[in-house]
Amino acid sequence: MEITIKKIPITLLEPGTDDDLAIVELVGNIDGSTASKVQAQVLPIAETNSRVILDMTQVPYMSSAGLRMLLSVYRQVLAKEGQVVLVGLAEELQDTMSVTGFLDFFTTCATIDEGCTALSVKVQVLS
Amino acid sequence: MERIDIHPTHTYEGFKLRRGKPFPFGATIVPGGVNFSIFSSHAKSCALVLFKKGMPEPMGEIPFPDEFRIGNVFSMTVFDLDYENIEYGYRMDGPFDPKAGHWFDPQKILMDPYAKVIGGRDVWGVTPDWSDIYHHRSRISLDDFDWEDDRPLEIAPEDLIVYEMHVRSFTKHESSGVKHPGTFAGIRQKIDYLKDLGVNCVELMPVYEFDEFENSRPNPQTGELLVNYWGYSTVGFFAPKAGYAATGKLGMQVDEFKTLVKELHKNGIEVMLDVVFNHTAEGNEHGPYISFRGIDNKTYYMLTPEGYYYNFSGCGNTLNCNNPIVRNIVLDCLRYWAAEYHIDGFRFDLASILGRDPWGAPLANPPLLETLAFDPILAKCKLIAEAWDAGGLYQVGSFPAFGRWAEWNGKYRDGIRKFLKGEPGSAGDMAQCLQGSPNLYEWSGRAPATSINFITAHDGFTLADLVSYNDKHNEANGENNNDGSNDNDSWNCGAEGWTDNPGINALRQRQMRNAMAMLFLSQGVPMILMGDEVGRSQNGNNNTYCHDNELNWLNWNLLQTNASLFRFVKHCIHFRHAHPVLRNHWHFQNRDYANSGYADITWHGKQAWNADWSSDNTLAFMLCGKHAKGGTVEDNFLYVAMNMHWETNWFEIPSLPAGMQWHVSINTGASAPEDCWEIGKEPILDNQQGILLGDRSLVVLVGK
Repeated sequence: MEITIKKIPITLLEPGTDDDLAIVELVGNIDGSTASKVQAQVLPIAETNSRVILDMTQVPYMSSAGLRMLLSVYRQVLAKEGQVVLVGLAEELQDTMSVTGFLDFFTTCATIDEGCTALSVKVQVLS
Repeated sequence: MERIDIHPTHTYEGFKLRRGKPFPFGATIVPGGVNFSIFSSHAKSCALVLFKKGMPEPMGEIPFPDEFRIGNVFSMTVFDLDYENIEYGYRMDGPFDPKAGHWFDPQKILMDPYAKVIGGRDVWGVTPDWSDIYHHRSRISLDDFDWEDDRPLEIAPEDLIVYEMHVRSFTKHESSGVKHPGTFAGIRQKIDYLKDLGVNCVELMPVYEFDEFENSRPNPQTGELLVNYWGYSTVGFFAPKAGYAATGKLGMQVDEFKTLVKELHKNGIEVMLDVVFNHTAEGNEHGPYISFRGIDNKTYYMLTPEGYYYNFSGCGNTLNCNNPIVRNIVLDCLRYWAAEYHIDGFRFDLASILGRDPWGAPLANPPLLETLAFDPILAKCKLIAEAWDAGGLYQVGSFPAFGRWAEWNGKYRDGIRKFLKGEPGSAGDMAQCLQGSPNLYEWSGRAPATSINFITAHDGFTLADLVSYNDKHNEANGENNNDGSNDNDSWNCGAEGWTDNPGINALRQRQMRNAMAMLFLSQGVPMILMGDEVGRSQNGNNNTYCHDNELNWLNWNLLQTNASLFRFVKHCIHFRHAHPVLRNHWHFQNRDYANSGYADITWHGKQAWNADWSSDNTLAFMLCGKHAKGGTVEDNFLYVAMNMHWETNWFEIPSLPAGMQWHVSINTGASAPEDCWEIGKEPILDNQQGILLGDRSLVVLVGK
């Protein structure tokens, strides 16, 4: 399965909020063959935004390489004292991440709205 | 500036290659590719065999060009590998001449002895495809775990309380209620239990990759499959057992196990590994080719002059631990677990083998033991020897220690068991046991914590069985009850096995409490066996190495059934934590060096100040709190009286300094809940001059 990565355009609704939030939607399996592609596209976003929401709703499976990519993003964002929120993790994926320790690093939410609340921002998603 | 070794220099059937680096051995991720390096002193040629994960046939096979061999090491970098999804092995050609020690067979694909991840038994108990040409498959590990602030805890040895456990047995039983029974993740879910119990170190029975199907066979009685359940038979020394990980099927056992270690550390619990370097899973002349046999048989194994395998391990072969090459692999292995997995200590199975020379003779100063003792990476690790082997070498008290090595104290186990059942003439040995066995260790300047004190361990009876069986009952092992030790020093309290006799059952409960109290009141390092805190039974089987069933699994319902025993054991553990006078770094001096008017330890009998060493089954002692930890901290006075006689006995109690009174902490002669009292809330003893001890019971008083 091909993976697609889409940065979702948003408007920040709260005046005075730093313009540093990115919402990224991932679609497809993330494994050894796709992780490097995802990383190449997501890391630059993480470099310019200190708050990142990764929408995982349409990611059915992640291998070890995929989880490592997530932690790389986390470390990038943390270096700027930012925060990463994962949204819509499939139950099995969440369990794998829990057992292998990756989950400990992330805030997880069911929806993008909840993710925004967790990051204390109000946004409007533009389509 | 860009490195120039990121570019291939050779190609072979589409693979891009470059001369590799001999060090480190194994498969290492380097820029652009993977560096493969393997040693063989007798191979004429070597090829790297690559598989796509799980595929029956190789995706390619790359002979090492001659110019890629330096000395006896073949090394090569292969570029552009999807290293998450490949498996690799080696094919080696060389002499086949068993009399000369050589077993090369170019038909075989061999696992890398340095493999950090091993596939092929990814999920516990899934029957392997026996036609597979390559069973235990080397995989590549990233070794990039995010430890954050973690490091080994370095708890002082004398402050340790060790819980010996089997990864699968701990949570496999459905009563455990964990999400992933029988796994590292399962243990993680039960950390609160371990904390509540109060242990601060778990000693895990083997977690190196092993093959549960080794020597598997049906139980002649039930037809159930008997397996290599305990795992004392290593396939790969650098890889955690995939079948112990909920994520083994995803190949993520490394992350899962490291996460467990990190979480245990966060909760103040050390992790010790039971490591088996004495032999491997390749067995004797009739065993399989897994790795060493086909790579460099003569180097890795001890061989008779006729080329047969020496069997000091009782398991078919013996690793040639004092060959310099093998020494290095053992050192590399332990360094790897200490550095990469943050392991706090190692218990070496049949460690006396590690002190034999390549022809089997015991060495005075074994180089391997010395190397490990002085290694900078292992400098803070606990090194613990099972100081005997199956070849008759017994070194409890004399294991070559180099100032570092501690010992599983088999003499402690025997001494306590004999006193516990009231055996004539056992009081003198018992006194040594209580003091950290100075008779074994003080003469050579070894501290009390040299002695790992245990009454039960995985080998032998559980505590409940120790007080319920006179003899072993190992029929379920399918060896006509010939396996397992016959010297158990056990006593069934009046009936063999299960009984509904209330008197016998009450006595068994008391004896278990007596044993636990003796263990936690002894100087040295106490170790308990998983489940003994709730009276786990193996139905009299003292060698359950082959059972993947309830004989080994911890039944968590026992927490309710034996709630009062659990409460008592917990009390003993917390009592030990609360009283530094039980955890001295140095041996007692039998004198008053803290100006308290009392010696650090004094011995008593039925009369105070008058120890009766001719008595077989009564003994009492007092510890002066001013001498706790060598007089560096202040503690209460403790008085312990033990009446292992079948009748009640009156014990006169030594008097305390003015203003202090004796309080009752433990009385195993009293029924629960009055068998122990919450720390700090101990009732004052009515009669400060003496106490009546019930038959086969023990009392602990706190003077404050």
